[in-house]
Amino acid sequence: MEFLTAHFVEIMFYTLAALTVASAVGVVAFRNPVHSAISLLASFLFVAALFVMRHAEFLAAVQVLVYAGGIMVLFLFVIMLVNVKRLDPEQVFLSGKAPAAVAAGVLLGALIAFGYLAGSLGPVGPGPEALRMVDGAVAGNTEAVGWLLYRQYLVPFEVVSVVLLVAMIGAIIFGRRDAGLEEGGGRMEQ
Amino acid sequence: MWVDLIVTVIKVLVVSTVLLTGVPIMVWVERRGSAMIQDRLGPNRVGPMGLLQPVVDAVKLMTKEDLTPEGVTGTNRFLYLLAPAIALVVAVSTFIVVPFGYDPGLELFGHAIGGFVVAPDLDLGILYLFAVGSLGVYALVLAGWGSNNKYSLLGGIRASAQMISYELAMVISVVGVLMVTGSFSLDDVVLHQAGTWFGFIPKWNVIPQLIGAITFMVAVFAETNRLPFDMVEAEAELVVGYHTEYSSMRFASFFMAEYINMITASSLIVVLFFGGWTLPGIATPGGWLGALATIGIFAAKVAFFLWFFVWVRWTLPRFRFDQLMALGWKWMIPLAVLNFLWVGVAMALGYL
Repeated sequence: MEFLTAHFVEIMFYTLAALTVASAVGVVAFRNPVHSAISLLASFLFVAALFVMRHAEFLAAVQVLVYAGGIMVLFLFVIMLVNVKRLDPEQVFLSGKAPAAVAAGVLLGALIAFGYLAGSLGPVGPGPEALRMVDGAVAGNTEAVGWLLYRQYLVPFEVVSVVLLVAMIGAIIFGRRDAGLEEGGGRMEQ
Repeated sequence: MWVDLIVTVIKVLVVSTVLLTGVPIMVWVERRGSAMIQDRLGPNRVGPMGLLQPVVDAVKLMTKEDLTPEGVTGTNRFLYLLAPAIALVVAVSTFIVVPFGYDPGLELFGHAIGGFVVAPDLDLGILYLFAVGSLGVYALVLAGWGSNNKYSLLGGIRASAQMISYELAMVISVVGVLMVTGSFSLDDVVLHQAGTWFGFIPKWNVIPQLIGAITFMVAVFAETNRLPFDMVEAEAELVVGYHTEYSSMRFASFFMAEYINMITASSLIVVLFFGGWTLPGIATPGGWLGALATIGIFAAKVAFFLWFFVWVRWTLPRFRFDQLMALGWKWMIPLAVLNFLWVGVAMALGYL
C-alpha cells in the first residue's frame, strides 16, 4: 500500500504506456480491419489518459474530440462502406516495402534513444504549473495553450493551418468524380 | 479529505439517481404526450394516469431473454456486448460538468460543497462534455457492426455520418457563447448571463445569439437521434436500425442512454442559451433556500425543453437522408459560422 501511494504516478504511467503500446500493436496484429480500427481508438484514448497524467487537460480533450470522436469515426465509416475482406493468413503484407519498414524502425529507435539521452523518458518532466502559466501568472491549461499558440507560435500556427487547408482542397479535387483531366486539359464529363 | 470525498459521493449519487429516475418519467411523458398530440388516451391502466406503466415496462425488460444473434462470436461478440455499455457510460458521464444550481458558498459538515456540479474543478467544462459526448457514436457504430445484420449495419453507417456532420455545427454554434464568456466553465457561462438589459430583458445568450441558439438546438436534436433526425433507427426502412438485434436490458441500455442524452441536451440548451438557473431578478440568492430556488428554476427550464423534444418528435415527419446531409453541411455549418462572426464583430465594436 505504501509502495502504491509513493509510486502512484510511475505505476499509472507505465500501465498506461504499456496499454497504449499493446493496443497500437493490435492495430497491425488484428486481421479484421474493424478490430484494428477499434484497437487504434483504444490507443488514442490511452494517449489522452497520459496527457491527463501530465496535466495537459486541453490536449487530452482535443485528442479525444478530434482523433477518437472525429477521425476514427470516419475511418470506421469508410471501412464499413467499402466492406474490406479478411486478409489471408499466408498473405505477405509488407512485400517490397521492407526497406521502408526498416528505415522507419531505425528512425523510431533513434527517436527513443534521443528521448532517453535528453532525460525526458518516463514520468519526469516539468511540473503541472509549467503547463498553466500565462504571462507569468497561473491560469488554466487551455489559456496557457492558447497564449502560446496565438502569441509565441502565431506564424507557424497560421502556416500549418494553410497547409491543412491546401491538403483539404486537394483531397476534394482528387475525390471529385468529374475532375479527372484528360491530356488535353479538358474535363472528361460535363 | 474524507469530508470532500463524502460530499462528492453524495453529489454523484443524487445526480445519477435523478438522471436514472428521469428516464422512466420521460418515457411516461413521451407516451402520454404522444397520445395527447395524436388525440389518443395513451397508457392509463397501471396506477393513476398510467404513472406506474414505466415500472411495469422495466420489470418486463429485465425479465426478458438476452439474445445474441447467430454468427456473432469472438471479438465481434465482445464488440456486440460492449456497445450498450458505451452508450450508457457516455450518457451518464457527460452530465458531471453541468451546473444545476447556484452555490453562494454553502457548507455541508463544515466543508464547502464547491458548487452544484459534480466536477467543479474541471476547468475544461464544455470541452470535456463534447469530447466524451463524441464517443457516444461508437455505441451506435459498434452495435451496428457487431449485430451481423444488414439493417443494423446501415443504421450504424448512418449514425457515424450523421453524428460527425452535426457535431461540427453543434461545436461551432457554441463558440459564440464561449467567446462572450471567455471561459470553458459552464458555471461562468451561467453567471455571465445573470442580470438584465434595460431592467427587463434577461441577459440570456439566446437574445444576441438567436442564430447560434437555433443551430445548436437543431444539431442537438440530430446528436440525440431524435425525430426529425432519427435516420439511425428509421423504423420504416431499417426495422429499428442499430439496436434491431438487442433484447432485454441491453436494449434497455440504449433506450435509457437516449433519454439521459435528452436530459443532458436540454440542460445544455438551458445553460448555454437560456441563462441556466437565473431568472430576471433572481441570479445569485444566498442561503440554502435560495440555492434550492435556483435548482428549481433550472429544473423547470430543463423540463420545458424536454417537453419540447417530445413535442417536436410527434409533430414533424422524418427527413430523407440526403436532405439531412444537405441541411447539416449547407445550412447549419454556415449559419453557425455566421453566428460566431457576428459575435466577434459585436464584441470588437463593444456591444457585447
